[in-house]
Amino acid sequence: MSSGSHHVSRREFVTIVTGVIGSIMAALIALPGIGFILAPALKAKKSTGWVSLGPLENYPIGVPTLFNFTRTNINGWEKTSNSYGVYILRKSDTEIKALTNVCTHLGCRVTWDETQELYGCPCHTAFFDIEGLVTDGPPPKPLPQFETKIEEGNLSLYFEG
Amino acid sequence: MIEKVYVWLDERMGLKGLYDTILDRKIPKVNWWFTLGSASLIIFTIQGVTGMMLSVYYIPSPEFAYDSIQYIMNGATFGWLIRGIHHWGSSMMVVLVFIHMLRTFFMASYKYPREMTWLTGVFLLLFTVASSFTGYLLPWHQQAYWATVVGSELMGTIPVIGSFLSNVMRGGYDVSGVTLARFFSVHALWLPALLAAVIGVHLYLVIRHGISNIPGEQD
Repeated sequence: MSSGSHHVSRREFVTIVTGVIGSIMAALIALPGIGFILAPALKAKKSTGWVSLGPLENYPIGVPTLFNFTRTNINGWEKTSNSYGVYILRKSDTEIKALTNVCTHLGCRVTWDETQELYGCPCHTAFFDIEGLVTDGPPPKPLPQFETKIEEGNLSLYFEG
Repeated sequence: MIEKVYVWLDERMGLKGLYDTILDRKIPKVNWWFTLGSASLIIFTIQGVTGMMLSVYYIPSPEFAYDSIQYIMNGATFGWLIRGIHHWGSSMMVVLVFIHMLRTFFMASYKYPREMTWLTGVFLLLFTVASSFTGYLLPWHQQAYWATVVGSELMGTIPVIGSFLSNVMRGGYDVSGVTLARFFSVHALWLPALLAAVIGVHLYLVIRHGISNIPGEQD
């Protein structure tokens, strides 16, 4: 525009002022708007916490046993319940291995196959051994474990939602 | 660098021509009343943007409409601001469009060759009022519900075809969830599309004919 000269013409001044005020007005709507849309993803989850799995005797030693539980999140104006499953393998009186039944590939549910002694995922023919390690198929990592504790003969696990 | 990008784009898109035609037009000596058309356009844009944001959370069903708006007002970040702008903006838009019409009337700007600009403007006023009316039902509280009962009863007083038109508006014999669904559809899809299209024609005509002079003693 004005080459070399520091003089700002009336026209340039009006253009700049209009641009600045217009940008401020646009930002006043746009910035809250971005927060408005992104905020639900930034809220802390409510479903994290200890989940009671009942008396320890319910879980036979040496056989993975499925326990289903639900956890609830508040999404907007509604409560959303999700079902989760955990395979409890009691190795001894007090040694517990709690594996999620959510396949690490793409989130389908694995089931314990007693004849093969493997966890099998039906979606993409994936297999995990009794320790949760991948033996076949596409999963990138072993089945994750839950932290567990035993209090007065009752088993519970720590769920991170 | 920016200069190069601009030249590249301008060569392919004719940006300078657009700028000169749309923003750098020659206009006669006018006053602040002549800014109301632009103000209407800007508030239409604001209503469009805030409306799109509200539709992210709003649910047009009798079960959830009220709750989803409660969430927008109390739960969602800046929801109160977005809805507040949309709420007050709707009244503002009706007022601005109406005063814009009065300006056009008193300045005699509707005369030859601008009759079609006036006519498209009439449709824009009607669409604006219709947007305001259909949007009023969406909160689905008592005030919204009874305003729509009254509005559709008014429609029903038209001789012969009134009750038929009223039932078309309601989507049945009562104000119901069907009414809410069709009011939402008209408010959020049909009217914005119609408004945008007719605004396009209206602006084309404004640019084609230029701004009319303020009438003098000889006119």
